[in-house]
Amino acid sequence: MIAKLILRDKVYEVKAGMSLLSALRKIDVLPESVIAVRDGEMITDDEILRPGDEVKLVAVISGG
Amino acid sequence: MRQHKLALCAEHYLDWIPEQTERFIKKYAMFDRDEKILVAVSGGKDSLSLWDILVRLGYRADGLYLALGIDAGIGYSRESRRLTEKFAVERNLTLHVADIEATYGKSIPALAEISRRGQGRPCSVCGLVKRHEMNRIARDLGYDVLATGHNLDDEAAVLFANTLAWSEEYLLRQGPVLLGSDGLARKVKPLCRFYEREMTAYAIARGIEYIYEECPFADGSQSIFYKETLNRLETARPGAKLTFYLNFLEARRSGNLFIDRNTAQIQLHPCPNCGQATSAPGLCSFCRMIEKTKNSP
Repeated sequence: MIAKLILRDKVYEVKAGMSLLSALRKIDVLPESVIAVRDGEMITDDEILRPGDEVKLVAVISGG
Repeated sequence: MRQHKLALCAEHYLDWIPEQTERFIKKYAMFDRDEKILVAVSGGKDSLSLWDILVRLGYRADGLYLALGIDAGIGYSRESRRLTEKFAVERNLTLHVADIEATYGKSIPALAEISRRGQGRPCSVCGLVKRHEMNRIARDLGYDVLATGHNLDDEAAVLFANTLAWSEEYLLRQGPVLLGSDGLARKVKPLCRFYEREMTAYAIARGIEYIYEECPFADGSQSIFYKETLNRLETARPGAKLTFYLNFLEARRSGNLFIDRNTAQIQLHPCPNCGQATSAPGLCSFCRMIEKTKNSP
């Protein structure tokens, strides 16, 4: 019963049933620094992750 | 959007962003509908989104892409140029392309290495060249205003850096509009009140194909470190970045910032070579760098 969060070339596995915000905290990714996309749709921080979900985390920071 | 206490569906979000942009353009008197706008586009999410928004709002906006010659083994400049040209072609927009190496004989990394500016990083030279060339081309091609895709996170990071260093002159010059003067085109930042996250959401929702890979030289840069620092603050205190920036603008506008000075007292001088305004008499930083690198292989 896991969900996957994918950020660039890293894959994180978290327990399904938790909110996206809790999952981001668990894997130590700042919510402000990513946009989460599931099945081509953006999802909000309070969305509950379902078993088998693959959520792509799009990094938002750019600059140099 | 916790800082606005607002939640929108994708459809309304795609309307809300241009509506707010129009509001900021008017609030800060950036430009009007008769003026010709040159949008500096890099192939990234912010600049392409800005161009998209201005065109949707009905402004006369053309694009300018600077080919910087950054490869770093991943063909970074080549890919960003491809995406920018694709964006313009698909929407039937006018795009000007300026190639730095073709104009000055050297790419950005080569200029940085020879001039020894930036302590091993080309970012300082890159910024200098971009500012100079964007200004030159905007003037040469007769545009009224130069628009860049700086977002709130960009502005807050610069403000943070300049506040840490108490860089008075930079603080006094930072704002949504940098007025034009002899040798300097008017510069505007219509996205300066949108979070970087909001602009990413806009680009995704609009289906804008942008370069996702970071500039290979940006890794570990000061601006990214400051952005991450401010994002930690934002996570704990939603709205902190926006408040930091807006309160600064208000202090600057009301004259409460450095009360014994004002922006009018900052003297700029024309560079004797290129004519652009510079803070000290004599050649500007750009012309000094080009002069220094001229006789190198």
